Amino acid sequence: MAEIIVVTSGKGGVGKTTTSAAIGSGLAIRGHKTVIIDFDVGLRNLDLIMGCERRVVYDFVNVLNKEANLNQALIKDKRNDNLFILPASQTRDKDALTQEGVQTILNELAETFEYIICDSPAGIEKGAQMALYYADRAIVVTNPEVSSVRDSDRILGILQSKSLRAETNAEPVKEHLLLTRYNPQRVEDGEMLSVADVVDILAIPLVGVIPESEAVLKASNQGEPVIFDGTSDAGQAYSDAVSRLLGEEVDFRFLEAEKKGFLKRLLGAK
Amino acid sequence: MSIFDYFRSSKSNTASLAKERLQVIVAHERGQRKQPSYLPQMQQEIIEVIKKYVAIDSDQVTVSLDDSDDCSILELNVTLPEK
Repeated sequence: MAEIIVVTSGKGGVGKTTTSAAIGSGLAIRGHKTVIIDFDVGLRNLDLIMGCERRVVYDFVNVLNKEANLNQALIKDKRNDNLFILPASQTRDKDALTQEGVQTILNELAETFEYIICDSPAGIEKGAQMALYYADRAIVVTNPEVSSVRDSDRILGILQSKSLRAETNAEPVKEHLLLTRYNPQRVEDGEMLSVADVVDILAIPLVGVIPESEAVLKASNQGEPVIFDGTSDAGQAYSDAVSRLLGEEVDFRFLEAEKKGFLKRLLGAK
Repeated sequence: MSIFDYFRSSKSNTASLAKERLQVIVAHERGQRKQPSYLPQMQQEIIEVIKKYVAIDSDQVTVSLDDSDDCSILELNVTLPEK
């Protein structure tokens, strides 16, 4: 039985697609057959982050409309045989998605995949609701910043009321908090909400803390999910998050500011 | 932080302000989520009925719904004008 994981946030630009790509790749690296679906119809970007933008022929909406079959639309990752991408349509809008259509595709994918990652669009409208409707688990991507935390709480409310699990009174969607763009130095200086603050407010279990890192932009420049960069802090933090998703207990890293030398302090170097 | 910052007066902790503000707004919004969707309109209609008999302002009436375990309490609080 496949597990459906939605990556969602409410707010845009917090790192949903980066996270979907990293977590999906991480699960594939661990040997789990994984597909990442881009639900952002009209604004597809997962293909770029995954580095397969020139291999897109058919998309999610083509499959929904039976203009192509699933195997024609799925793109196999060049780095890992367990990893597949289902791109969003760039020419349609979110109304092209129907609940029955989405369900049919998810059911078909569930026959061959262990994990189905749904990369949600921003907002709380139809597209975002479609992405989370069938979820078993949700990764709520949040920045340590007021508007992102508030929007995350909003999306948690929607998960608890408008998902299939909520509507059928089944076991609730399992929620995971993933904090991104975390800057321990600014937290230490009292300029940024800490991990504890955000966990306190949202009151859901923490699955990962990704430090603000140059590696993330470098990775997206190259179309290579940051988790493949095993030497980077962000890559390692995502790898830890994947372990926790799989039920392992891993200590949190990158939560403390780097200790600066006397000279660096004096000169105010970053 | 550079050497010049040491001469500045005490730093303001904006993170704790952010946390306080978030706690208030998130608690408020969670409260509203639990309300049934008919509550605002029902509140409005109750106010209209009271207004037919007593001269009051809308802000002198508060309607709240408390859900505790298996019991829901609809609380209506009207501040009547002094005579």
